[in-house]
Amino acid sequence: MKTILSLLVLFTLVSFTPISTDLGYDIGDVATDFKLENIDGDFVSLSDFEQAKGFIVVFTCNTCPYAVLYEDRIEALNKKYTNKGYPVIAIMPNNVKTKPGDSMEAMQIRAKEKGFTFPYLMDADQSVYPQFGATKTPHIYILESTDRGPVVQYIGAIDDNYKDAALVKTKYVENAVDALLNGVTFEVHKTKAIGCSIKL
Amino acid sequence: MKYLFVLVVFLNLSCKSEKNDPVVLEVHDFAGIAPYLELKDSKTYVVNFWATWCAPCVKELPHFETLQANYKDSVEVILVSLDFPHQYETKLKPFIQKYNLKSKVVVLDDPDMNSWIPKVNPQWDGAIPVTIIYNESKRLFYSRTFTYEELELELKTFF
Repeated sequence: MKTILSLLVLFTLVSFTPISTDLGYDIGDVATDFKLENIDGDFVSLSDFEQAKGFIVVFTCNTCPYAVLYEDRIEALNKKYTNKGYPVIAIMPNNVKTKPGDSMEAMQIRAKEKGFTFPYLMDADQSVYPQFGATKTPHIYILESTDRGPVVQYIGAIDDNYKDAALVKTKYVENAVDALLNGVTFEVHKTKAIGCSIKL
Repeated sequence: MKYLFVLVVFLNLSCKSEKNDPVVLEVHDFAGIAPYLELKDSKTYVVNFWATWCAPCVKELPHFETLQANYKDSVEVILVSLDFPHQYETKLKPFIQKYNLKSKVVVLDDPDMNSWIPKVNPQWDGAIPVTIIYNESKRLFYSRTFTYEELELELKTFF
């Protein structure tokens, strides 16, 4: 009896011990909507965008050098795809006590300096990024609006050269969004890139 | 006499600059870094991916230095820096000098990250710091930070 009980306990432990790489969304999962404060004081949810065909969700921040290198490219994505139905929704996931440079005020200043035209939201209680499974900045999730809800279609990097936009060979995000807009299948649903770990 | 003074000053200056060994960086693309992940001899290798701009990396870096000092015969620590080329002179070299890093530092400069991150480890999502500990018989990948005690405890499982 004791052995069976121990085995049962062990089995339960093993079954429910989270493995970090298995957390968060995978391709094909339906993303849960959220309600987060924007830099203008309004709260933003995916459901606010009734006409959106999908979303380019970008976990980013002010303080990570890789995120900074991609700021202009994130803005360019929003300019290119908002009117086509795929707006950028940027979410700042860091704990601002650990990273004061990512405070709401700092986000407002940076957005003004760079002329961001996309919502720049604060994951204030750090509850949204773990749902997605975001681990770093920048970290991109492309969602496609469907009858089931927003379905994850791409997870990863914006393109294949963080250093120099002019030397980019493959624009992963643009390729994915273009394919989704054209209703065709695409090959690269997941990519990897260096980023700054999300600060707890 | 005046010339002598100038000469003495000059000599002093040259001595000083010799003392401050200029840091010479070893910079590679991934093909150049890959051999450091596959060294085959009797040592245990501790390879840490870090950058001066990564706060948690900088925080744990002294533990890798201590580990290298305490196990200098059996272990080689290799610090793979992901610092940006435009900050080699302004950030990375001053950092190596200021903290007098004794472990081997190599610099990885390869912007096509999706091509090489999975080769380091399929589990790696790209956030740093990460660490690989390996020797001839065992290899583990760690997507986490370490205290010195934790790091030493992990290392001992390789002996």
